[in-house]
Amino acid sequence: MQLSTKHLLGIKDLQLSDIELILSTATQFKEVLQRPIKKVPSLRDTTIVNLFYENSTRTRISFELAEKRLSADTLNFSASGSSVSKGETLLDTVNNILSMKVDMVVMRHSASGAPHFLAKHIPAAIINAGDGINEHPTQALLDAFSIKEKCGTLKGKKVVLVGDIMHSRVALSNIYLLKKAGAEVMVAGPPTLIPKYISAAFDIRVEYNLKKALKWCDVANVLRIQLERQNQVLFSSLREYNLAYGVSKKLLESINKEIVILHPGPVNRGVEIDSDVADSKQSIILQQVENGVAVRMAVLYLLSNKQNFN
Amino acid sequence: MKTILDKYQLQITIERLAYQLIENYSDLSSVVIIGIQPRGIFLSDKIFAQLKKIIPGNTIEYGKMDITFYRDDIRKELHSPNQTNISFSIEDKNVVLIDDVLYTGRTIRAALDALLAFGRPKKVELCVLINRRYSRQLPIQPDYCGKAIDSLISQKVKVEWDKEEVVLY
Repeated sequence: MQLSTKHLLGIKDLQLSDIELILSTATQFKEVLQRPIKKVPSLRDTTIVNLFYENSTRTRISFELAEKRLSADTLNFSASGSSVSKGETLLDTVNNILSMKVDMVVMRHSASGAPHFLAKHIPAAIINAGDGINEHPTQALLDAFSIKEKCGTLKGKKVVLVGDIMHSRVALSNIYLLKKAGAEVMVAGPPTLIPKYISAAFDIRVEYNLKKALKWCDVANVLRIQLERQNQVLFSSLREYNLAYGVSKKLLESINKEIVILHPGPVNRGVEIDSDVADSKQSIILQQVENGVAVRMAVLYLLSNKQNFN
Repeated sequence: MKTILDKYQLQITIERLAYQLIENYSDLSSVVIIGIQPRGIFLSDKIFAQLKKIIPGNTIEYGKMDITFYRDDIRKELHSPNQTNISFSIEDKNVVLIDDVLYTGRTIRAALDALLAFGRPKKVELCVLINRRYSRQLPIQPDYCGKAIDSLISQKVKVEWDKEEVVLY
């Protein structure tokens, strides 16, 4: 029972057996989280640093809680307020932290490929908590876990990713994972936010009409508009985006079927999704957050064995 | 290969273990039995069924516990976790842990640790089908024992639940 990789840099590098192992282990950790004492001693010999070079609420809290539930020692690092502002490089920062005997690194960075770069230069296990517009593997894993929990299986399920596909690392990780798990994948959104060759590159469907996309799917994963990564005007206004691509209650009622709604958070209410949809019983947004802790515990647990403990 | 318990002996041993539990606890509602995953649950399933048969309508609680996350050899090798299902409180209960073979005692050490996450039991006892004597690495002994055997470290004891026999090889 082992993962085929030493790091979790992206879903791209995982095999289907790895994904299945993570999800089945997460099921057992989810049970741990229901106990009166929600903690196991598995990683009490492990120190983990959470390196966050970019803002985060859910992912950071979720990782920290997962680490604590596994009894690991944790260090939190945010770029703001650190020596990064004095000009220290990423590699120097990490090497300095590792010299204090840290075993694993959880990293979020605004540059795509930053964790891959780090993996080549340091011995510790690295978990990518989101790198630029590349991947956010633990989010895709917890999305898959939540869909599986709700629908029983991923195989053959029709999943549509709605919104800012171009700038969303959640979209890319989800596409890799869903394809590996045998789901049917579609991306939907305005043409300016969907990469031109994505259909051919991943063998997925592309739809520019939201209603048609929702009619087709069993599950809709609604993504946030990543305004901070858009350095040009890709749609005229948030209001217009909402009118054309916002998931509203009226739209869901018009398709005559009950689909499952996911959103990786943070939710921009009234932009990509309306409040009455986000808070409806169709939406499993809060279950996603709950499952996130269990999935991250599974990832940390499974990767901790790859360290050289002597 | 040597048979330690055949099908008939296995059946009467399980019956005896169930009767011993009843003998010890006149009020079964204060007792919870917990099978240790993965192999202990075959025995605990049978003992639970036997208790239901002997005293129909008793309210004994039955759970299954996985100890993977509490193992002391996690740095040597990772093991796949199994399902834990304890849907009741063990606070102030008499807990009987059930496993098939007691060997080094390390699984039971982990189980005692794991149990604490579910409350503070009044008492914890251990019930095993086979006790491999003189091979303990921790000070742990069974309270209910199907059969005690002497074996070499190089030998293996296996309970073949599908064939309903216990063999030494």
